[in-house]
Amino acid sequence: MSDLQSQDYVRRSATTITPPAARSHEDQVAKLIDVSRCIGCKACQSACMEWNDLRPEIGHFEGSYENPADLGPSVWTLMKFAEYENEQGNLEWLIRKDGCMHCEDPGCLKACPAPGAIVQYANGIVDFISDKCIGCGYCVKGCPFDVPRISKVDHKAYKCTLCSDRVSVGLEPACVKACPTGAIMFGSKTDMTDWAGERIEDLKSRGFEKAGLYDPPEVGGTHVMYVLHHADKPSLYSGLPDKPRISPLVQVWKGAIKPLAVFGIAAAAVFGFFHWVTVGPNEVQEEDELEADRLLREMKEEEEKSS
Amino acid sequence: MTRPQRAFTRYTTANRVNHWINAGLFLLLVLSGLSFFHPYFFFLSNLFGSGQWARAAHPWFGVGLLVSWIGMFVQFWRNNFFNRDDAAWSKAIVSVVKNDDEHVPPVGRNNSGQKAVFWAMTLLIPTLFVSGLLIWQVYFGEATSIPVQRVAVLVHSLAAITAILVWIVHVYAAIWIRGSVRSMTQGYVTPGWAWHHHRKWFYQLASGQRVKTEPRKNP
Repeated sequence: MSDLQSQDYVRRSATTITPPAARSHEDQVAKLIDVSRCIGCKACQSACMEWNDLRPEIGHFEGSYENPADLGPSVWTLMKFAEYENEQGNLEWLIRKDGCMHCEDPGCLKACPAPGAIVQYANGIVDFISDKCIGCGYCVKGCPFDVPRISKVDHKAYKCTLCSDRVSVGLEPACVKACPTGAIMFGSKTDMTDWAGERIEDLKSRGFEKAGLYDPPEVGGTHVMYVLHHADKPSLYSGLPDKPRISPLVQVWKGAIKPLAVFGIAAAAVFGFFHWVTVGPNEVQEEDELEADRLLREMKEEEEKSS
Repeated sequence: MTRPQRAFTRYTTANRVNHWINAGLFLLLVLSGLSFFHPYFFFLSNLFGSGQWARAAHPWFGVGLLVSWIGMFVQFWRNNFFNRDDAAWSKAIVSVVKNDDEHVPPVGRNNSGQKAVFWAMTLLIPTLFVSGLLIWQVYFGEATSIPVQRVAVLVHSLAAITAILVWIVHVYAAIWIRGSVRSMTQGYVTPGWAWHHHRKWFYQLASGQRVKTEPRKNP
């Protein structure tokens, strides 16, 4: 969002030096979304628009409760509604609040080529510093959750900031504040994990044996976590990835290739220079010119003779 | 231009204009493209105004390069078929690199190194163009799925690195073999140059010297 906390970066995109981290003695935060307590009222969506001054364009009815149809540059969180028929043949309405998961190992930040356009604060929040964003869309490729959206107006990437501006002054995110059922909680990651444990126990006692916490270790855990009644099948919840991870293609692109290529290019240039210094230029000698002239003369004479 | 009477035309005006348009676009692409590739090079984006401007301009340079390369291809493809001389020349590559030209077998208008540069670019530029379109966020950001774009961005960077390496070899070879740069700036070489570096081409030109030499028509 904005550059409010520039002395507590733990990660900074496209940066080869240590980011400013002096004020990093902070608790890791987390937002816990308890899907089992969500009633789908969309208060969180409204609160997000309200606090962040976002007004998505009014779209069309797509035959679903989802409104708008997708995340967007001005839609940072979105209720997603899935109808699931369980083993007993009963309908379950699985409603999930979608948005940035604030990965501990953020794929967007890894992919970003613009220094400082994506940062992670010591509290774990991953934030887009939009004036440094160049609009390339690499974050879209890096994200395992399909979250960032590029604006067609200003060509910048946008996503949920976890209300980093509110959190930095000790407030909870706007969606948490607005939730009428307590389905969205906010606090330190440890507290949220503990609280989730209690909720999961409760859900298990009520017959949801596979209830569990969604805090995927493949991305180092996330700072937005879900309590799911079907934690064994996250994809039931409108395609929440079962095993989210930064694509291996992105890992190769942003991993080994970068130093190897820089080294290769530098080596080629240095090799060329030392070839010049040792072997040196290949110059045509006077004898070559004389020989060429002699041959040209001979051939001309021969031609004249034969004609 | 103080072109000696006895000089051979190696590159026509159209050849040269096209080549330097190509070179200029390639350089702009390298400078802007490297800035997105590694943080070391991000400062290069300032040459274009800012990171945003470099990101906006880069694909358009790429479109220009493809068009320019089509021109290059049409003008040069005939000169770049590999033949038996190339095998012999390639075997003697160590002598070539050491300037030990006595032991380098004679070749025609282009040697196999030059042909390899031509075919590498013929392969790489369209690859870069197509993979570049797939990751051109402004126009095609939603045209393909994210997994496709991930493949495209990887292919694009690998192809770009290869093209840069080929380009370094190409530029250094032009500096190393004296007289090559002039052939691409002023268009001519001396008979001695042709005899020394491209002997079969020399004989070809010498035998048809009365007919005004049009290098493009020589196979």
